[in-house]
Amino acid sequence: MSNGPAPLERFWNGILPENPVYRQILGMCPTLAVTGTMTNAMTMAGATAFVLICANIIVALIRNLLKPHLRILVFVLTIAAFVTIADRALAAYMYETSKQLGPYVPLIIVNCLIICRCEVCASKQSVWTAVCDAVGNSIGFALGLASMATVRELLASGSWFGIEMFWQAGTPSEKFRWALMALPPGAFLTLGFLLGAGNWIGEAMARLKKKPQTA
Amino acid sequence: MKFLKQGWLVLVLAVVFGVGLTAVDRTLGPKIAENQKNETYGQIANLVPGGAAANTKEVRIGGQTVLKVYNTEGEHVGWVIPATGMGYSDAIKALLGLDAQARSITGIYILDQKETPGLGSKITTDWNRQYVGKTILPPLTVVKTTPTKENEIKAISGATISSNSLTDIVNRAAEAFAKALTADATAKNKGQ
Repeated sequence: MSNGPAPLERFWNGILPENPVYRQILGMCPTLAVTGTMTNAMTMAGATAFVLICANIIVALIRNLLKPHLRILVFVLTIAAFVTIADRALAAYMYETSKQLGPYVPLIIVNCLIICRCEVCASKQSVWTAVCDAVGNSIGFALGLASMATVRELLASGSWFGIEMFWQAGTPSEKFRWALMALPPGAFLTLGFLLGAGNWIGEAMARLKKKPQTA
Repeated sequence: MKFLKQGWLVLVLAVVFGVGLTAVDRTLGPKIAENQKNETYGQIANLVPGGAAANTKEVRIGGQTVLKVYNTEGEHVGWVIPATGMGYSDAIKALLGLDAQARSITGIYILDQKETPGLGSKITTDWNRQYVGKTILPPLTVVKTTPTKENEIKAISGATISSNSLTDIVNRAAEAFAKALTADATAKNKGQ
């Protein structure tokens, strides 16, 4: 069953070359919905990482038993089980954050990133490769969410992880706040600009690499 | 048999995960219930002036569990009742503090809301101090200008629906509780 990229390649691909947010454009629901603050985004990234790693391990373990037409059902069942565990654990140990994330933790079940990784990697390759793939993609997803949340939280309330930045001195009414960035339009704007910037940087780097050869 | 041959893995996984999740819920369930209870109890002193969380009793009135709040000397000083209803985007869950006779509002706390951030979400800010000290009858109404009457609440600009919703929720919860309390007292008097 070694008909795919090697474990380390999977790991690295998940972080940058195939970044879930900027390259695969998967998992857009949490990317847009919970990146209002850094705390929420990182809790979501942690919960998604937990589910992704566990689901990939289970699916890789049972990959030889899967029936082709029932595989998606098995994926969703596995993912749902781990999402429920994550949801309950958050409610028990991080009550405040869990209240803020609201329905978005249960919605990890339909995060297509996880189904994609089960389908593309875990159901075809060894457990070790699946783990590397899951960890790489989790890091990539966390970086994607962090970039969105950093921009949005800094612009919306001038803070990062709830800690106010140095330019936020003075009375509440004097503070710099761009409320739009905390609202859904802010999420779409940020995502659009960041995706654009990501593509631009990617193209610029590809051009730089090409130049020495043509010269 | 054909189905079993095809689907046994799904069935086995469903059973295994089902058992696993039951175990998780058994372990974490009490902790979650305690978190919710702690949040409510932590607000008692803010909801009912002089209220002591340690001297609070849970009683059932009008088909719901409410908190009967006593002060440190053991005098009955007020009630904490749940007030829940639809807001602009999702259900708003609030706690309402009432005086011992359930005639006026002594405090309000929003447990859960998903109103528009920056607009409707202001119902959780000091804006809701307006409710404190109001009598429950006549019912509260929302106005867009500076309130002139005792029972008027100034709407949040840009979030009239959220303001109306919360005021409705408060009115309905307070009125229903006051009625239930009277009915309860009458029933007890008859019993004696």
